Amino acid sequence: MGLNIGCAAAPGRARDNKTGSWRVFKPVFKYDKCVKCGLCEVVCPEGCVREGQDGYYHPDYNYCKGCGLCAEECPVDDIELVQEEK
Amino acid sequence: MTEECELFECGHRACGGCGPALAARLILKATGENTIVVASTGCMEVFSTPYPETAWKVPWIHSLFENAAAVASGIEASLKKQERDEHVVCICGDGATFDIGMLCISGAFERGHDITYICYDNEAYMNTGIQRSGATPYDADTTTSPAGKCSTGNPRPKKDLPAILAAHGATYVATASIAYPNDLIKKVQRAVSTHGPNYIQVHAPCATGWGFDGSQTIAVGRLAIETGLWVNYEMMNGEVERVRKVAHRKPVDDYLSVQKRFRHLYRPGRNEDEIAKIQAIADANAKKFGIDLNVVKEE
Ligand SMILES: Cc1ncc(C[n+]2csc(CCOP(=O)(O)OP(=O)(O)O)c2C)c(N)n1
Ligand code: SF4
Ligand SMILES: [Mg+2]
Repeated sequence: MGLNIGCAAAPGRARDNKTGSWRVFKPVFKYDKCVKCGLCEVVCPEGCVREGQDGYYHPDYNYCKGCGLCAEECPVDDIELVQEEK
Repeated sequence: MTEECELFECGHRACGGCGPALAARLILKATGENTIVVASTGCMEVFSTPYPETAWKVPWIHSLFENAAAVASGIEASLKKQERDEHVVCICGDGATFDIGMLCISGAFERGHDITYICYDNEAYMNTGIQRSGATPYDADTTTSPAGKCSTGNPRPKKDLPAILAAHGATYVATASIAYPNDLIKKVQRAVSTHGPNYIQVHAPCATGWGFDGSQTIAVGRLAIETGLWVNYEMMNGEVERVRKVAHRKPVDDYLSVQKRFRHLYRPGRNEDEIAKIQAIADANAKKFGIDLNVVKEE
């Protein structure tokens, strides 16, 4: 692999690396009691939970590693961790 | 769905639930895109930039383990000469900050560069396999302060770096925690809009190095505050300004007992003497910063 001058890399190119394959547990967003507080978006170390057009928050399973922080911190307990089936 | 711009992108290789990864995201939310980040060697540098991948969408530079503050000094001096206004922000580990980078940080703060130096404090050298640093708390078990028959873990207390940098004449010094994201964001915003040098120390629990499940990263960070073992405060020109108060401070056991790095304090039985010493550290913090909201009358 050739190196660019200064080892420069394209901004945000980490997106090539789909870390969703690491997942053992999957956070299932139930949208049952969700109050759209957005805490799941704030606490995600991946930055893979984003607000949708509908005002609800959606995880991007291409990148979600399944750490479970969102499920743990959701104030109304509306995210459930389920064993990933592969 | 992912149209809103994150300046710290998905796809980085941090462990699930990594406190430092969350810190990086929150810090960039606060600084905005008009920012140049300078990194030291460590977990964050390694997990965010395996060439040719990078999670960063702002200019980012890594030189050595020990010299981020010197690199930032040069960048700031050059920007000043060019009359440019980018924020120059170091984001470095505790080993890089408390130990090996001290000389360069001291120089940068002495010269008074307009930089914000942020230490993401996971309280050991994690990327090389959990060695103790000057930021490691008393009695923590690390590979270079192993608990066993002859030792109860790290024999020295955590170094008071915010005080050391305040004594350098830093403009703004603050401590923060990933467990209080909005507070962290506000402090970073305050730092980058204040003429430096500024220092922020961010408590960033590390699931792998401290020994807890990645889903508990924020809960563990919160317990550090609720027990008084970590205090969030701000200093302006050397004076403590704002301190996060705690109602009904919890016993340090609540924090210690959920982390493997302290489990030797509970095996075979509860080590009364050592836990009393750690409780005394929390009590001293509480007294020094006046964090207790309801002080129970002494009998
Ligand atoms: C001069 C030098 N010494 C040692 C190393 C090896 N090294 C790389 S990362 C690291 C640990 C970094 O610890 P810290 O700054 O706390 O960051 P963390 O990995 O915990 O995020 C060490 C010792 C190095 N890269 N350069
Ligand atoms: S070892 Fe700790 S700091 Fe390093 S990537 Fe894993 S959780 Fe983050
Ligand atoms: Mg560290």
